[in-house]
Amino acid sequence: MADPKKIAGGVVNFGVIAAFTGFAAFPFAWMVITMFKQTKDLLDPAHNPFVYNAPPTLEHLRVLFQDTLFLHWVGNTLFVGVLVVLITLVLAVPAGYSLARLTGPAGEKLGIGIFLTYLVPPTILFIPLSRLVALLGLQDRLWALVLVYPSFTVPFCTWLLMGFFKVIPKDVEEAAMIDGHSRLGAFVRVILPMSVAGLLTTIIFSFTLVMQEFVYGLTFITSSKNLTLSVGVPTFLVRGDVYFWGSLMGACFLSSVPIAILYNLFVDRFIAGFTVGAVKG
Amino acid sequence: MTAPALARPGFVERAAGVSDSARWLGRLMLAPAVLYIALVVAVPFLMAIGYSFSNVTIGTSTPRFVGLENFRNALQDPAFLKALGNTAIFSLVSQTLVIVLASILAIALQRRFRGKWLVRLLILLPWVAPISLGSIGWLWIFDPVYSVINWTLRHVGILGPDSWPIWLGQPNLAMASIIGVHVWRTMPLATIISLGGLSSIPQDIHDAAEVDGAGFFRHLFVITLPLVLPILLVAVLFGLVFSVTDMIVVYVLTRGGPFDSTQVLASLAFFKSIDGGDLSGGAAVALFLLPVLAVCAVLLLRLARRAEVV
Amino acid sequence: MATVETRALRKEFTGHTAVDGVDLTINEGEFLVLLGPSGCGKTTLLRMIAGLESQTSGDILIGGRVVNDLPPRARKIAMVFQSYALYPHLSVAKNIAFPLKAQGAPRESIAGEVDRAAKMFGIERLLHRKPRQLSGGERQRVALARAMVRHPDVFLLDEPLSNLDAKLRNLARDELKQFQRRLGTTTLYVTHDQVEAMGLGDRIAVMSGGTVRQLGRPQEVYDEPADTFVAGFLGSPPMNLVPVDGVLVGFRPEQLLAPGAPASEGVGPAVPMRFAVERVENLGAGRLLYGTLPDHAPDQKIIVSLAYTVHSSIEAGRTYDFRMHESNLKFFDPGTGRRVPARPLPARRSA
Ligand SMILES: Nc1ncnc2c1ncn2[C@@H]1O[C@H](COP(=O)(O)OP(=O)(O)OP(=O)(O)O)[C@@H](O)[C@H]1O
Ligand SMILES: [Mg+2]
Repeated sequence: MADPKKIAGGVVNFGVIAAFTGFAAFPFAWMVITMFKQTKDLLDPAHNPFVYNAPPTLEHLRVLFQDTLFLHWVGNTLFVGVLVVLITLVLAVPAGYSLARLTGPAGEKLGIGIFLTYLVPPTILFIPLSRLVALLGLQDRLWALVLVYPSFTVPFCTWLLMGFFKVIPKDVEEAAMIDGHSRLGAFVRVILPMSVAGLLTTIIFSFTLVMQEFVYGLTFITSSKNLTLSVGVPTFLVRGDVYFWGSLMGACFLSSVPIAILYNLFVDRFIAGFTVGAVKG
Repeated sequence: MTAPALARPGFVERAAGVSDSARWLGRLMLAPAVLYIALVVAVPFLMAIGYSFSNVTIGTSTPRFVGLENFRNALQDPAFLKALGNTAIFSLVSQTLVIVLASILAIALQRRFRGKWLVRLLILLPWVAPISLGSIGWLWIFDPVYSVINWTLRHVGILGPDSWPIWLGQPNLAMASIIGVHVWRTMPLATIISLGGLSSIPQDIHDAAEVDGAGFFRHLFVITLPLVLPILLVAVLFGLVFSVTDMIVVYVLTRGGPFDSTQVLASLAFFKSIDGGDLSGGAAVALFLLPVLAVCAVLLLRLARRAEVV
Repeated sequence: MATVETRALRKEFTGHTAVDGVDLTINEGEFLVLLGPSGCGKTTLLRMIAGLESQTSGDILIGGRVVNDLPPRARKIAMVFQSYALYPHLSVAKNIAFPLKAQGAPRESIAGEVDRAAKMFGIERLLHRKPRQLSGGERQRVALARAMVRHPDVFLLDEPLSNLDAKLRNLARDELKQFQRRLGTTTLYVTHDQVEAMGLGDRIAVMSGGTVRQLGRPQEVYDEPADTFVAGFLGSPPMNLVPVDGVLVGFRPEQLLAPGAPASEGVGPAVPMRFAVERVENLGAGRLLYGTLPDHAPDQKIIVSLAYTVHSSIEAGRTYDFRMHESNLKFFDPGTGRRVPARPLPARRSA
């Protein structure tokens, strides 16, 4: 049925999607275009900015990798990320299971309480935390971030995992308990292996949260070689007032797109956890 | 259980008691997370409240209780009042835009089409990419000399030869730019969450509306939107929390300028306490966010209860 | 009121055919039941008639008018979904009023119509509730009220009773039939439950693999199945199909008469048939016997059902002289499964 109304609807639909996709992706497309442009091409107001007026160059990326601390920051981010993910798993997995299965109605309230702590922003906490970090002698050390970042990954992941554990049928662990496991044994031997997807999701999201964090990094770290990507790129790739746009855009693109692709693979689970967790309590 | 269990009944019984008792095991498994959160969230939170009633600075070692002085100072400080107003404008406007745009986009995305996964990936990018880096991208797009927006507007003929807006340098434009970047940043979350809400409406409901004779707009406004509204509101409340408390966009794009026209509470608290060393003043400013957050939290919990029945 | 007709209706989904050339006519005011196993295309056929799914080829006529290109709202149909599809955020009253508002009925008349529909289904006191506050049976009535409130030409119902428990289902079935009688609206009803089909339908269309295998009155479909599929699908337990000398001989489990059971009147003489009983199942309301016919097909297991009123003592492991009216035997081609003309039962084989 070639209904003209339907065709018109399809065209409008396509237009809306195209416009929004363009809006969302434009800055990233712009990063890609910029990172291969010669500086003299970039900084000529007469040039059409959408095309390469001079041949593309890899010079900006060479500078980024060889002459800046970019790779160092990548290393720092991975270091903090891995440790924070580990701490998060150790704390949030048992807590999520406990809230989903063991603590009953009191746990439900507690779970909501834990989730609410996720809403307390760094903006309120960074002032006293900077004092605590100083007290522990961790100023300007990555360990300060390792210590503080779980404050937002743990509440969030506990909530997420609680949602995952809730949808596993109770029969499964009851069967395991009848087959001779203790409750704890049933959790470790049966529930955890069933929850691999949930655990992976938790890992990806903790890591993403770590990558995105800015305020604590900005506050606790002072020397450039100890920064993570999200702080280092916007603050130390700018020398004086000179913006090295090519390298800067390269750094932004390379540090955000890979994690975004990884995240995308898990986003459905994340949304399910986010909403079902949030909605069904 | 096994042989050693019989040999040492006392020990095993106790061990089995813990690993089998839902109550004790539950507490044991929950305790580390709760302790950790208490240490790194609850304690600093209380400290922040303490600071706001004292005169502590980066230098002082013996803070003194000063009562409500910090709050009084803040309320008399034009910069603070300006930031308060900016925060309100900027979060309300950006989240209103988000609720409208995200529902339009989510409804458009409901159809199946080829390459949908790619579209979804692209639409999610602003949300997933570290916002400090995304903001740097915008900084280049808003560049006073090389702004691609201006170049395009001029070549399309919208901008005359003598107008050349400085996006981040003129107060109203700067605010609009900050709002735009925030919409860009929080829309993906609202869209994907609404899309989840939309797809959880059973097809039968849509079919029934169609058989019952509903046209496009009745279907949309009487059936579809009311059904996703609770979940859309959840998304928007999260967006509100993120935007009210965010200082990154402002920090990277304008540092609050020009003339404090884009200063928000979060960025003001940062500049006051870290750059200015006035920890107690900064804490007091940040604590003004608390009522907003509390209201959001209460609304979220209420909605959570309502949304459950959909 | 209107007739509904489909002509060579086909629906292909990518890779397979869900409805494969269905010609069907539903008469005015008739209650026609579409019966078939899961996945045979019943819902797809119904949705095409409703206009929710577009056909690959073929025509749909409602009231003699081709409606192929009309959207659902223009077809003057109402539909009751398996899930009832009540609008969860609207009260019962608003649910029922929805179709009226959608067709732009004058505001003053809506309340009256809603009340009338509610009264008809006995749900007046539920009008202010939300669907989630209703029991399954109440939801079903609300769905029916919503369907009939704007006097559609045709009712389409997709397994509306399958979410009810067994007891409520019997009751609701009876109610449904009465409402339909009273309203006299042409109705197409989809189910995979043969009891429902037999009890409700003026006629039954038995579907399988996207085609209609047989269309007829319930008793007709039961007594004179057109092929082995229909024979095997209807009846519980289904018809016995025994290969004898190159044909399939079919008879219903209750048609083999036990020694001492009275023969039926007016169906011709009963011929003897020996039955070797292997197992007896007592069901309370009757008995099921499992065994073979040693003289006709010693390798084919068959089932015989004895009514409560038959008191003959039957034991497993023994062979009895049962009888059978020859006119009850149906013959099928083992290749195509189609009915073939009756013929004398081949002569007894010597053991
Ligand atoms: N949208 C669709 N896309 C692809 N295949 C479909 C679609 N809808 C139905 N089918 C297929 O068409 C066939 C017929 O489906 P239909 O829903 O009509 O069966 P049904 O007879 O109603 O079964 P049931 O009794 O289980 O409801 C099935 O094999 C089904 O998988
Ligand atoms: Mg069906």
